[in-house]
Amino acid sequence: MIRFDAVSKAYPDGTVAVDELSLTAPSGQITVLVGPSGCGKTTSLRMVNRMVEPTSGTITIDDRDVTSVSATDLRRGIGYVIQHAGLFPHRTVVDNVATVPLLTGTGRRQARRRAIELMELVGLPASFADRYPAQLSGGQQQRVGVARALAADPPVMLMDEPFSAVDPVVRDQLQQEFLRLQGELGKTILFVTHDIDEAITLGDRVAVLAVGGRLAQVAAPADLLATPADPFVAEFVGRDRGYRALGFISAEVAVATEPTVALGAPVARAHDVAVDDWVLVVDDGQLPQGWLHLRAHPDGGPGPAPGDPVTPDLLNLGGTLSALGGTLREALDAALSSPSGRGVVVDEDGRLIGSVRAGTVLEHLHAATADPSAQVRP
Amino acid sequence: MNDVLLWLNDPQNWTGTRVTPGIVEQASAHLAYTAIALSIAGVIAFPLGLVLGHTGRASWLVSVANGLRALPTVGLLILLYVMVSPLISGRGDAVYLVPTEIALVLLALPAILANTYAGVRNVSPDARDAARGMGMTGRQVLFRVELPNALPLVFSGLRSAALQVIATATIAAYVGLGGLGRYVYDGLASRDFGQMAGGAVLVAALALLVDLALSLLQRATVSRGVSGRFSRRSTRDSRSAAVTVVRPEPPRGGPDGGPRPGQATTPAAALTPSGEHPSG
Amino acid sequence: MSSAAGSAPWDLFGYFADHRAEVLDLLWAHTWLSVLPVVIGLLVALPIGWLARRYRWAYPPVVSVSGLLYTIPSLALFVVMPTLLGTQILDPLNVVAALTLYTVALLVRVVADGLAAVPEDAVQAATAMGFTRLQRLRTVELPLAVPVIAAGLRVAMVANVSLVAIAATIGIPQLGQLFITGFQLSVTGPYYPPIVLGIVLSVALALLLDRSIVLGARLITPWQRVSAAR
Repeated sequence: MIRFDAVSKAYPDGTVAVDELSLTAPSGQITVLVGPSGCGKTTSLRMVNRMVEPTSGTITIDDRDVTSVSATDLRRGIGYVIQHAGLFPHRTVVDNVATVPLLTGTGRRQARRRAIELMELVGLPASFADRYPAQLSGGQQQRVGVARALAADPPVMLMDEPFSAVDPVVRDQLQQEFLRLQGELGKTILFVTHDIDEAITLGDRVAVLAVGGRLAQVAAPADLLATPADPFVAEFVGRDRGYRALGFISAEVAVATEPTVALGAPVARAHDVAVDDWVLVVDDGQLPQGWLHLRAHPDGGPGPAPGDPVTPDLLNLGGTLSALGGTLREALDAALSSPSGRGVVVDEDGRLIGSVRAGTVLEHLHAATADPSAQVRP
Repeated sequence: MNDVLLWLNDPQNWTGTRVTPGIVEQASAHLAYTAIALSIAGVIAFPLGLVLGHTGRASWLVSVANGLRALPTVGLLILLYVMVSPLISGRGDAVYLVPTEIALVLLALPAILANTYAGVRNVSPDARDAARGMGMTGRQVLFRVELPNALPLVFSGLRSAALQVIATATIAAYVGLGGLGRYVYDGLASRDFGQMAGGAVLVAALALLVDLALSLLQRATVSRGVSGRFSRRSTRDSRSAAVTVVRPEPPRGGPDGGPRPGQATTPAAALTPSGEHPSG
Repeated sequence: MSSAAGSAPWDLFGYFADHRAEVLDLLWAHTWLSVLPVVIGLLVALPIGWLARRYRWAYPPVVSVSGLLYTIPSLALFVVMPTLLGTQILDPLNVVAALTLYTVALLVRVVADGLAAVPEDAVQAATAMGFTRLQRLRTVELPLAVPVIAAGLRVAMVANVSLVAIAATIGIPQLGQLFITGFQLSVTGPYYPPIVLGIVLSVALALLLDRSIVLGARLITPWQRVSAAR
């Protein structure tokens, strides 16, 4: 557990970076510090491992004041990940990962073996061990950065915008893997980001900081979206927070049976089962393939003749899939993006279960908000 | 041209006679003058550059050292000779050697100091921050992270200093020192064109050899991760290979007179030419 | 103020007063011997540098050759020049040719790197607006590369002022001649005035030429001032 107790940081020129911050980051959880630039979030993080010394107040880790040990000893026991990874260009990947164990006197062989294990843990093949950082992509470098921070198996990790410098697709992937890793390791993590979406995706608790180092609100992500403490937080969490909040409500929505036609079957069969102009097409394994319009070709022109087989080029591929047991956000998105207005619901193997309409989702939402026990974490 | 080949082909010129030293001896002397000057300059400038670069303090010292480069080398050499030689009593070469070495050291200092300083300052702030954040002491940050990454620039400073010292040691023959410069000035005085140009060719060859030796030493000491020399095989399947292969060649030192293209001449200029960090 | 009789370093003023015409001649010789190679070198380096930029395969050999040229001590080059050019050993042309070689070696790479540093957006925009390759080079790429090229010119200029003096040791007169004179007059005891005067004038000339390049570059790149002021 990391505890900030009335911590302030003021610079000689009078700038107040952090103002009387009191905050607890519980053990085994991810606490995210989020806020616009100049809100002191990075300064707060760097005060934990004494890269920045506070002007006043105390910071404790598991009830021990961080100033009770030397700065270097303190830092060797805390994992530290930064935005551009900060890998050492002159060392190979494996030597980068083994940095702290080698500093603390672990034998070279053992440190390297441990480093290779960690590389695999963060999803890097062992064949990367002897490469240099310059030979890696940004996402790969960041994985090495995470592995390096984990090398001494520190109970506490500080992460300063670790995923901000990679492209959105890679970022998404790194975030998901990070959550999986945290599920296994259960570290106490303080995580800084300027991106509210990232904060909500990753945080068990999210602390919103305002410019001038003022703590505006600390809450679980869903609460933050539902009940912002003040106009600043409301503005910061954004306009579509209502929609985003749906991501925290499980969608135990009644699923209607959806008539289907198999790929390759005659179009006439689709006419038989249709409830309107749209018919869902599945393959042999009941995996949804797309929507067939009975009276119009996707490229314009008339619909297919009843005798023709259903072929992939006839299908509209619009529509996202919603997994059973997913969130209301996924369910609503599936319904809204489907050309037929019916969102496709699948099981965990991707097989069709049925469909759901936007109206049904919204009715469920009314019921859920009336009964707070229905709110769960994703 | 024929005179030059004839002179170079005469074995007696290589071994020397009882009264005149041969090429081998003069080349060794030339190398020795160079080694002495580089060692003294290195002992002063290298640690100083490391400390200034690490702390970021007193960068004005680097600017002052850089100011020395505007001095004409011949003027400096002759000034020091005229100043120092009357103070030296005794026989032999000391009367030429001491003032010359002082001048050579003064010439070698700025290149080594400025490049070491720039090399350390140029280390990626992220790597430095990560090193501190992982619990390295200041000394560990300097020797385990900053120095290995500064080596290419340190070497370019050393090579530049070496070339400058070799060239100026040649001119030192004018005031009476030995070394390969002797052939140039003696040849000029006796209108022996073969000897003069032959000496010039030898000096150029010596400079090339020393630069080559230092470049090999650089290759052996600089991490491939910093120099960017990766084996093809290990890079082929890396996504970023195409981005990372092209690295700007580290700045190198110039001939006797001054700095080379892209070489650090001021602290501000020195901080710009770092290689772009590949990411993405 | 003493006359030429004084031998202390500060008697350089007296020495100058007594040898005014001669010293000014040397200064003038030094100036043109330093400047001419830079001018010719720039004119030669521009097209070569452009080629090294345009055809990527040409870049590595250009860099290697220029690096190699730069390792050759200037005295050696001065002395070998007559063989290559068929000139007399005392011909100032040797110095001009040798220093031009150095300047070209230095600037070719600077020009190539300077052109490479021109923002790709600007080049693309010019191409999209229908500039021919030559128009684009003249009106977009070269002007934007001026700061880099000017920095290279400054290095070449200052280096040349120092290198020219070396030629005095083989008998080609310019400010370096003052060092030789001082050396020869010091046989019986230090005679500083000409040596110190030579150093002072040489450093002053280097600074003056350096500033003129800075000013010249600033004049033809007004946009640099705008962004620097902000």
